[in-house]
Amino acid sequence: MNEMEFSFTSIEDVSVKLESVSYLSSSQISTAVFLSEQLKKPVLIEGPAGTGKTELAKSVALATGRRLIRLQCYEGLDEAKALYEWDYRKQLLRIQMEKVGNEMSWKELEENIFGEEFLLTRPLLEAIRSREPVVLLIDEVDRVEIETEALLLEILSDYQVSVPELGTIQAMNIPLVFLTSNNTRELSEALKRRCLFLHIDYPDIDRERKIVEKRVPGIKDELIDQIVRLVRSIRELDLKKRPSVSETLDWARTLLILGIEIVDKDSAVDTLPILLKYQSDIDKASKELLKEL
Amino acid sequence: MDLLTDFIGELRKAGISVSLTESLDAHNALVAQGISDREYFRESLATTLVKNSSHRVAFDTAFDVYFGLRSVDGMNDEQNEGSKGVEGARGVKSQGKGKGGGGGGEGVDPEELAEMLFNSLLTNDNLMMRNVAGLAVTLYAGMEPGRPVGGTYYLYRTLRNLGLESLQIRLKEKLKDNDETPFNDRLANDEAKVRLEKFKNVIEEEIRRRLIEDRGTVAMARTLRKPLPEDIDVMHASREEMVLLKLAIRPLARKLASRLAEKRRHKKKGTLDFRKTIRESLALGGVPAEPRFKKPRQAKPDIVVLADISGSVASFARFTLQLVHALAGQFSKVRSFVFIDGIDEVTEYFEKASDVTEALYKINTEAKVMWLDGHSDYGHAFMEFYNRWPGAVNSRTSLLILGDARNNYHASQDWVLEALKKKAKHVFWLNPEPTSYWSSGDSIIDEYAKHVDGVFEVRTLRQLETFVSRLD
Repeated sequence: MNEMEFSFTSIEDVSVKLESVSYLSSSQISTAVFLSEQLKKPVLIEGPAGTGKTELAKSVALATGRRLIRLQCYEGLDEAKALYEWDYRKQLLRIQMEKVGNEMSWKELEENIFGEEFLLTRPLLEAIRSREPVVLLIDEVDRVEIETEALLLEILSDYQVSVPELGTIQAMNIPLVFLTSNNTRELSEALKRRCLFLHIDYPDIDRERKIVEKRVPGIKDELIDQIVRLVRSIRELDLKKRPSVSETLDWARTLLILGIEIVDKDSAVDTLPILLKYQSDIDKASKELLKEL
Repeated sequence: MDLLTDFIGELRKAGISVSLTESLDAHNALVAQGISDREYFRESLATTLVKNSSHRVAFDTAFDVYFGLRSVDGMNDEQNEGSKGVEGARGVKSQGKGKGGGGGGEGVDPEELAEMLFNSLLTNDNLMMRNVAGLAVTLYAGMEPGRPVGGTYYLYRTLRNLGLESLQIRLKEKLKDNDETPFNDRLANDEAKVRLEKFKNVIEEEIRRRLIEDRGTVAMARTLRKPLPEDIDVMHASREEMVLLKLAIRPLARKLASRLAEKRRHKKKGTLDFRKTIRESLALGGVPAEPRFKKPRQAKPDIVVLADISGSVASFARFTLQLVHALAGQFSKVRSFVFIDGIDEVTEYFEKASDVTEALYKINTEAKVMWLDGHSDYGHAFMEFYNRWPGAVNSRTSLLILGDARNNYHASQDWVLEALKKKAKHVFWLNPEPTSYWSSGDSIIDEYAKHVDGVFEVRTLRQLETFVSRLD
């Protein structure tokens, strides 16, 4: 194995490269990304919504200059949508043409209509067949049924796809694979075994501070400090939905646009709905944080 | 690498299943990454071995025991001020004697120590905090080699002597820095809390380290091993375990909700949608290449829960009620009744209350569940239920009864259950006691078992999850 092939040379290198595309990594995240490439294993990312799971895959693609291929999972996703499909409309047209024109032997016809011309590649096959290295993002994998999960196993462990009519297609370049899950159901053991596991939680205060700094240019340090501390306190409350990192960023941007230098009672009440999405949560937070209200 | 093998063995003993592939991955990860940086080392093992975030706590405990900072000596000398010097000293002393508790520390008096602690918290200086923790443990924990007590005992002694509550208030005031903007008080308080929490962890680590030196890794790993959240026995959970359980219940409800919904959707295929099939086929010159089906409609089940909330099984009842109501959307109707020897309906507490804690509190204070003496009387409770709410159970109802069937030698009135079973779709009994205790003493579960469709041992969240996911 040639060392030069790797996109990342060390864990620190992952952090540095990700930071250069404005993604603040943690040692946990960088380790998983680095090992994913070294061990040629997909990374399964879990964690609360809005903590940068999908963003990580995008940033890795950006940082390494690879193309991002994304498969959005949903209930009822099947082989035809995830792997490949024969373009049967085109095949039917071809056969009907044949009826009108000259006769062709069945074998000839078969070879004809099961050729690459009639193959519709879907994200998984596309990632495997790609000539340049890619990042494959399988988003919200917990949404597919447990049976469909099995479909992913071949590609995740051997980086190959079997198409009965064409044979097995091997990956030309091992893609970096990221799977995200919101943990609405337990994923199968078989899938977990094939993946490295990464749990991305809400960032600690220092990392969140850096994220805001990086993502909201022009914001003053005192305001950042106040924002991240407020968000941390709010997350401690028992809420229906705790504010995510993206909501912290939205809030920071709003305050910046409104020209607020330091959050006071009024501006907090006015802008809390950006951070919290349920009325009962907003009430609770203002009650807890602004006792005088 | 033998240590790695032992470590994986320990994880398995703690209940985390680690497959052969995964241990190979861990091994390869170390080859790729090396073990020079402890933080990366930890994460490398975690990402390859732990595939469930709720197992992370167990992993970290085992990791600290096996790969703890053994090189840090007691810091029992006078080097407590200069942080930089300490770092150097550690490496040198790594081979030194490892008896915890013994040696220095006497040089520092309590006031000095408290002041040092305060300063380290104020500056949030990790290294200094660790020094102070070392001193504090030496001074207060009174650790004796070979004494068979757990780490919590020493932790408690150390923390009590440090007086952390007043320290937190002092720290808060200092952090607040006379800035009286409205929420600053709260923010300073939270910050103080976080820092103290960190310090507690440092102390715990310090005690653990000394204990390991005293007793050895394997023995220590065994003492520290705790059940995973899904395996905690709900009836006998400690305070900390209760917190873990509470955290676990919401994701569990979400998981079950989506599973139940999915199950219902996929149970049966609908009938052929002729119109749609033909319309689609027109695009293909009239070849009906893909048949279309109508979406099946399926009735959601009704759930009625009867829960014994007498002292012995109260915590279990609370969890189950909470879970069932969190799943309310998946059932067409959920009604809950609680009883001891009398019975009362509590459905609306859940519907009206803004959160579960409030509902549970109301149940405890307002529900009328006492009839005679406040000892469980299943027979009377069933009879009252049958007479007062005759319409509650119908042919679509799944009736769940929660309790240990410890009837205090009252009459069982099992004919009521028989009658309910005839009316209901299913009657299930969830018993939080281990199977081996059933029908011992005043438990008459066997007598009731004859009149229900199934009795299940449900002592842990894992068992509860299995049961609920099969409901339909």
